[in-house]
Amino acid sequence: MTKKLTWRDLEVGNIVTEPGNSAERGTGDWRTERPVFDKGICIKCGLCWLHCPDSAIKILDDGYYDVDLFYCKGCGICENVCPKKGAIVMVEEEEK
Amino acid sequence: MSCRVALEASHAVAEAVRMADVDVIAAYPITPQTHIPERLAEMVADGELSAAYIPVESEHSALSACLGAVAVGARTFTTTAGQGLELMHEVVYVASSMRYPMVMVIANRALSAPLSVWGDHSDVMSVRDTGWIQVFAQNNQEAFDLVLWGFRVAEDSRVLTPVMVNLDGFTLSHVTEAVILPEQEVVNSFLPPFHYPFVLNPDKPATHGAFAAPDIYTETKISQEVALRKSKDILLQGWQEFGDMFGRHYRPVEIYRVEGAKTLLLTMGSFTETAKMVIDARRDRGELVGLVSLRLWRPFPFTEFRQAVKEADTLIVLDRSISFGGQGGPVCSEVRSALFSEPKRPVVVSFVGGLGGRDMAEEDFGYVLDRGREVAAKGSPELFETVGVRGEVSGIRDL
Ligand code: SF4
Ligand code: SF4
Repeated sequence: MTKKLTWRDLEVGNIVTEPGNSAERGTGDWRTERPVFDKGICIKCGLCWLHCPDSAIKILDDGYYDVDLFYCKGCGICENVCPKKGAIVMVEEEEK
Repeated sequence: MSCRVALEASHAVAEAVRMADVDVIAAYPITPQTHIPERLAEMVADGELSAAYIPVESEHSALSACLGAVAVGARTFTTTAGQGLELMHEVVYVASSMRYPMVMVIANRALSAPLSVWGDHSDVMSVRDTGWIQVFAQNNQEAFDLVLWGFRVAEDSRVLTPVMVNLDGFTLSHVTEAVILPEQEVVNSFLPPFHYPFVLNPDKPATHGAFAAPDIYTETKISQEVALRKSKDILLQGWQEFGDMFGRHYRPVEIYRVEGAKTLLLTMGSFTETAKMVIDARRDRGELVGLVSLRLWRPFPFTEFRQAVKEADTLIVLDRSISFGGQGGPVCSEVRSALFSEPKRPVVVSFVGGLGGRDMAEEDFGYVLDRGREVAAKGSPELFETVGVRGEVSGIRDL
């Protein structure tokens, strides 16, 4: 996480002069569920990657998929669109 | 050569906007402001002013269009009144919070219901806390001058905050007076070209108007508040330079015949001029009365205000709107609060008058002075009294 800005650090009118800095914002901090992937069931169709509204699914070197929990909001869309039941299972954040 | 011409305040404003050589005007006509956009549209159509005139479908769109215009570096003007300002309301905050400089003229009007197109200060008081620099004109010349000054200070890189120039609907907007129009070269040297430092540029992308989560919103508001307060020095400097160039001098708190005054009357806008005649008549009779008028309403000129009233025993405040269920007049609440911490302060008496275009004649100001001193001496069961209201009023008291 970046250093906390003081009011003096803000640009006039809170203009953001650094393009693309949304990548630094952890959007996954209010997630209550997270997807867990099972490579044994996954058929590498890529539908989860395509549908994730937060672009929080990354392609692994072996062609399978996994979640980037820095951005994942836990919406469950990936589990919902996955054609192979069990390839993605949403688990409560408390269940470690 | 400057020239002296007969103009209503609306047309004086249009002349100031033309001489300021604005780039973009986005406005929706509404009584009593209509003559301003009408005249500006004519000027653009006739080629007297080279600007984009955007005939928007509402006041909300008018100010929204102005935001976009400032973002690309355009000198920008809009104007509205009453219900129009209410429809614009959410964007009023956006303009100041995004620190987009522009000038907006309000031809002050009462608010519905009941429907009233006539003048009072209910509209501007509803945007009191929106973070704009807010000033009041007392006559048509001042309306002209304050528009030029408004561009100059709003666009100053140390200010970058929009300016709202208030002029009383009908009393000024539709009344013809002599106005001195300066030479274009003098205006040009007072008002340098606008250089907005954050012009949208595809080669240097930036985000304007981003979202702020709870961990940063507080900081954004404090930076805005500090900037508005710090703008005051530049506002005063702008008036100083205006006075040097044009010979007309403006102060955040205007005073009139206050020497030795025991009783001061406080007004805003065009009522100040009628009040001056009454003060003159009373002074001739030997009464120690004087007049204080708030030119600058936001940022509130605490120092100048306290200085202006510190020798008086009684301060009578005349408001042109009601803060329902509160102290009465919003201006009176403000000045009472500004004086609360002073070791020596006048007794403050609150009057409301001139609502929805109700005329305030000389005798009404005379009544306010007489009744105000009586209330200061003997007290009143009511929190404020209303000038000329028919029917005995009781029940406006502390809950
Ligand atoms: S739960 Fe939602 S946000 Fe998280 S990876 Fe799946 S689709 Fe993306
Ligand atoms: S949608 Fe399901 S099967 Fe398709 S790649 Fe994602 S996890 Fe694998």
